[in-house]
This record gives sequence, structure tokens and C-alpha cells, in this order.
Amino acid sequence: MARAKTPSTHSASSDSLSEEQPVPAQSAPPETASRRTTPLPLSHPTLPRWAPWLVAGIAAAAAGLIALTLGWGLVPWAFLAVVLYAVALPVWSLLVENRRAATDRVVSTLVWVAFALALVPLVSLIETVLVNGLGVINGQFLTYSMRNIIGPGGGIYHAIMGTLLVTLAAAVISVPVGLLTAIYLVEYGGRGHLARTITFLVDVMTGIPSIVAGLFAYALFLLFFGPGVRMGFGGSIALSLLMIPIVVRSCEEMIKLVPDELREASYALGVPKWRTIVKVVLPTAMAGIITGVTLAIARVIGETAPLLIIAGSTDSLNLNLFGERMMTLPVFIYYSFTQPGVPPEYGIERAWGAALVLIAIVMALNLLARLLGRFFSPKTGR
Amino acid sequence: MASSVAPTRSRAKQRAGDRIFAGATRVAGVIILVALAGVAVFLTVEGFPAFGADSTALFGASSFVGFVWPLLFGTLLAAFLALLIATPLSLGVALVISHYAPRKLARPVGYAVDLLAAVPSVVYGLWGSAYFGTKLVPIYEWLEAHLGFLPFFKGPASATGRTILTAAIVLAIMAIPIITAITREVFLQTPKLHEEAALALGATRWEMIRMAVFPYARSGIVSAVMLGLGRALGETMAVAMVLSASGVITFNLISSTNPSTIAANIALQFPEATGLKVNALIASGLVLFVITFAVNFAARAIVARAEKAHQ
Repeated sequence: MARAKTPSTHSASSDSLSEEQPVPAQSAPPETASRRTTPLPLSHPTLPRWAPWLVAGIAAAAAGLIALTLGWGLVPWAFLAVVLYAVALPVWSLLVENRRAATDRVVSTLVWVAFALALVPLVSLIETVLVNGLGVINGQFLTYSMRNIIGPGGGIYHAIMGTLLVTLAAAVISVPVGLLTAIYLVEYGGRGHLARTITFLVDVMTGIPSIVAGLFAYALFLLFFGPGVRMGFGGSIALSLLMIPIVVRSCEEMIKLVPDELREASYALGVPKWRTIVKVVLPTAMAGIITGVTLAIARVIGETAPLLIIAGSTDSLNLNLFGERMMTLPVFIYYSFTQPGVPPEYGIERAWGAALVLIAIVMALNLLARLLGRFFSPKTGR
Repeated sequence: MASSVAPTRSRAKQRAGDRIFAGATRVAGVIILVALAGVAVFLTVEGFPAFGADSTALFGASSFVGFVWPLLFGTLLAAFLALLIATPLSLGVALVISHYAPRKLARPVGYAVDLLAAVPSVVYGLWGSAYFGTKLVPIYEWLEAHLGFLPFFKGPASATGRTILTAAIVLAIMAIPIITAITREVFLQTPKLHEEAALALGATRWEMIRMAVFPYARSGIVSAVMLGLGRALGETMAVAMVLSASGVITFNLISSTNPSTIAANIALQFPEATGLKVNALIASGLVLFVITFAVNFAARAIVARAEKAHQ
């Protein structure tokens, strides 16, 4: 700490000498001049390690006292406690340590506060969905559709089946295209013009708004089926537009990780390139590819906007991807909440239940991805 | 086959399987290019009639620009506010995960943030509209009472909390996991030697982060924020559910009359739209596509340039 101080005083005094400004030069050094006579300290005072905890405890207690006397709630109390902490600890540090250490403590506090602020809504979201959704879910909710339901009862069976079918079709489209593209990029494209263009556009494609994908599917189907077209398969097209870039990116990363020695060993045995890819490269990368595909499915299974546009909504079960409107879970949540019917509480109740089911599906897919990744990872002899 | 008598090059024999497989992979790559071009072409073709449409098809606006401009304003305002909130918070979360938290805490937190990036937007919309918005009402009333002299908080404060500020906060909450995921990776990639050198010279942790980590991660942070911006611009359902929109242009953030966004407007109007209205909505979608494409293009270009400079 002291070492860092000396160069700055040096440069300050030399600067002021060269610029011939005697007044600041003499007013600034007195404190440093006296220090220069004493030997440089090899250690400097620091706050004890438990200082932040002590200050936090005192701040919480002081804020609690004020909050109790003024009858405040939990949020103002936490706010006041954080403010007290953020002021008290740097001031103490400034008195005992130095300016730089105090700045460090201010920033540490800010970083942790930002962290807490970011996590509070996320935790609150999960909690709200659990609290409101758990009571709704039962056997009937999961196995009934909404056909002829007014008021209580009914379920989300039609929406679950719609979501599964639409997403499955999207995966059937996206996985071959995405995987083959990734193979092209890594194994064939090299640093050629086409490969670089594809890489760049795939990156850009990850940012397409989902509603634009829905509009694209609608505009495409409009050509073949006329205005007002609604079908589940259109949703699959829109979702695959969103899913392909994710699949390409993750597969590309995984195929790149396959060591070149494996390919070269295969070539040396006279195996053609395509069989090398199919029999050596892909099995080696399989764990990562399956994980990536599962995560991509988890990402698009909750997409709402494109399905709202092209798959539409219905109260009945429809298992035909190529005809008529098809309900999906996200669209069900949207309509149950915005048009809950009369009386509204049943519709809103069902929206929370469906939201919980949707989150559960997404989380399950994420966990499944990790498990599959572990399960399919290549068995090495070592 | 006859040419095998005089082999000119020592290349491996071209097998049919190889050719078919290589062709298939190339076709897959071209399909992606065609799809992306198709998005632009189909939206242009279907959106084109809207430019000459009259006010009944344009939801009461006299021209297409008059129809899109308020929506565009709302889109940009909401996305800007969202990033204003999300950027510092995401940097904080990323720093906690990469540098501040003990490793035992950092791993599960990083995993949880990844999971939260997967929560569907419609659930955020449901939560923001039914729960979070109502919690913000007292804050809006306080803002109106004490900061009402600012044009942003002029009020009257919305009684439902379904304002553009609520929408922006929800968008920020959705963007935080995305921005965090990227910045965290970049922070973790800072060379350990740089960090240790800074610490060895007596830098405090903050000085080390400012001098070693941030300069290294600058392009990564910029591109992460741009990706978050792209997400916030195109986000549909959360805004459609949270915002009670009336299509005005105003900087008043807490009242019950709010500008709408392009994406939310499409989601709200499309299911009931017929005829030329559909074309008008598709044309507004084209505007959104162009903007997000430009933002993502810029973000990727920044990253690519930084990578090139790094090599």
C-alpha cells in the first residue's frame, strides 16, 4: 500500500515543479513531506476480517430499532439496513485503512447489493408460481381438456399434448438441419466463404424475435393455405427457426472438441471421411450433442408469441399437426389469464397451474440434459 | 474408372458416400441461409400492401409511419429502460459469480441463473402482471408524490401497476440471466496472470477488477448488453401481459396510459386481425426484424473484431 503511495507523490511534486506552480506544490506535500522523513511503513492497519459482519449486524439492529419504532415493513427495513451498512463500513475503513481500501469496500457492497437485487425477483417468481399453482394441479387438471367447460373444472391435457407435438415436430426439423450444418462447418467448410457466412448468420439468427418467426411462418403458410390459416405445424416451423441456431451452435462446439488424433487414426485405417464422422466423431461428441439438443428444446418449448399467431387457440384436444387450431401450454396460460371468463378466478387459477406445469417441464428438460450428458459421455479406458 | 490408369494426383478416391454426405451437410447449411432470406422476403412481400393502406387497416393511423412510430417509440423506450436496470445488476451478479463469491456458492448460483434463463416469457408476464405490478403501486404513488416534478413521474400513478416502467423492469429481469451468462464467461476468461500481477502490485480487489478484468472483458460486455438489447426489443408476451397500452407517445413512466411496443401490439392484435390489418402487423414485424437484426449484427461484429484483435 505504501509503495503505491510513493510514486504518486513523486510524480505530483515533479509535475508541480515543472509547471512552476509553487502554491499547490507546497500546500499538497506537507503531509507527505513529514511522512518522507519517517521510514516507509512495511505494514498498514487493516480492519479485522469480521468487520463487515459486525457492521452488518449493527446496521441491521439499528435499522430494526428505527423500523420498529416507526412501524415500517420488511422492505424499508432492509433498505435502511443496507444504506447504513454501505455508509458505515467505508467510513470506518477510511478512518483506519486508506482511501483505496474504502473504495474497494464500497464497490464490494454495491456488487453484493446488485446480486441480491437481481435474485430477489427471480426467487419471488418461482415462489409465486409454486404457491399459486400447486393447489390447482390434480389428476383432473392434467387429463381433461377445456371442452365445454365454463367456470370450475377442466384441465390442460389438450395444451400439454399440443405443446409436446409442436415441439417434437420442431425438433424433428431442427436437429437434422442443425446437426448437418454443424458438421459442415467443422468438417467440410473450413474457413471458406460459405462457412464463415453461415457462422455469422447463425449467430445473428439467435437474436430473431420469436414473434417475427411466427409472422414468417404465417406469411409462408398464407401462400399455400390462404388467409386466416392456423395449424400446429406452422408453429413447428416457427419454433424450428428459433431452435436451429441453438442446435448449430452447441453441436458445432461439441464436434470441435473431438480431438484430431481420433480422425487421423481413422483415416490412417483407410476409413472414408463420412464413415469417420458417423462412426468416430459423432459418437465421441454424442453426450454434448444430446445435451445441447435437449437444452434447445427446453428453450423453445415455452415460446408463446409464434404459437399465438400461427397455432391459435382452442378448447378441444387436437392431435393433428396439419389441420385446425392447436392449443399449447404457453398460449393456454396467456388466454386463461387475459380472458379468464366468468367468474374470472377459475381461469386465472388454471393459468397459474399451467405455468407451474410449464416451468416443471422446462426444468425437467434441463436436468435431463445434464443427466443424458453424463450418461452418454464416451467410455474412456482411463 | 478408366482414368485410374494414369493417376495424376495422389488424392484419396472420391467415394459416393463421401459425396452424398458432404452434399447433405452443405445443403443443410444453405437451408439456413435460405430460411433467413425467406424471413426477410416473406415479411416484405406480405407487409408491402400496408404501406398504401388507409386508416381503417392501420388501426386509426393516417399513414404507415404514423402507425409504426408510436410503437417503435414504446419498443425503444422499454428496451432502453430495461437495459438501464439490467446492465449494472447483471455485471454485479457476474462479478459475484466470477470473483466475489466463494467457489462453493458460485457454482450453484451460476447454475440457478442458467435455469432462470429458461423460464418461459409467458410466465414472467403472468408474474409481472398478477403479482409484481401490484407490489409496485405504492412505490409509484411515492414517486408521484415526491418526484412528480420530473416528467417521468408526473403521474397520475397507475392503480394497477401495469405501466411501461413495470414492463421495463420485467424485461430487465428477463435480460439479467442472459447478460450475466455471457459476461460471467468473459470475466472467467481473464488471464489469471493479469489478475495475480495486479494483486501482487498491491491493488485492492476492485482495482484489480478495474485494471485487469474490465479492459479484457470490454468487448464481451458490450456484446452481451447488445444481445440483451436484442432480446428486450423483441420480447413479446411479457410486455403484452404486463403493459396496459394505449399507443400514446409519452415519457410519463408511471401512468395508466402507456406507449405499446411493436411485438406486444402484434401479439395483442393479430388473433383478431383480418385483411389489410394483417399486412400492417406483418409490416411492423418487418420493422422490428430489421432493428433487431441490425443490433445483433453490430454485436456480433464487435465480438468478431475483438477476437481478431486478440489473436
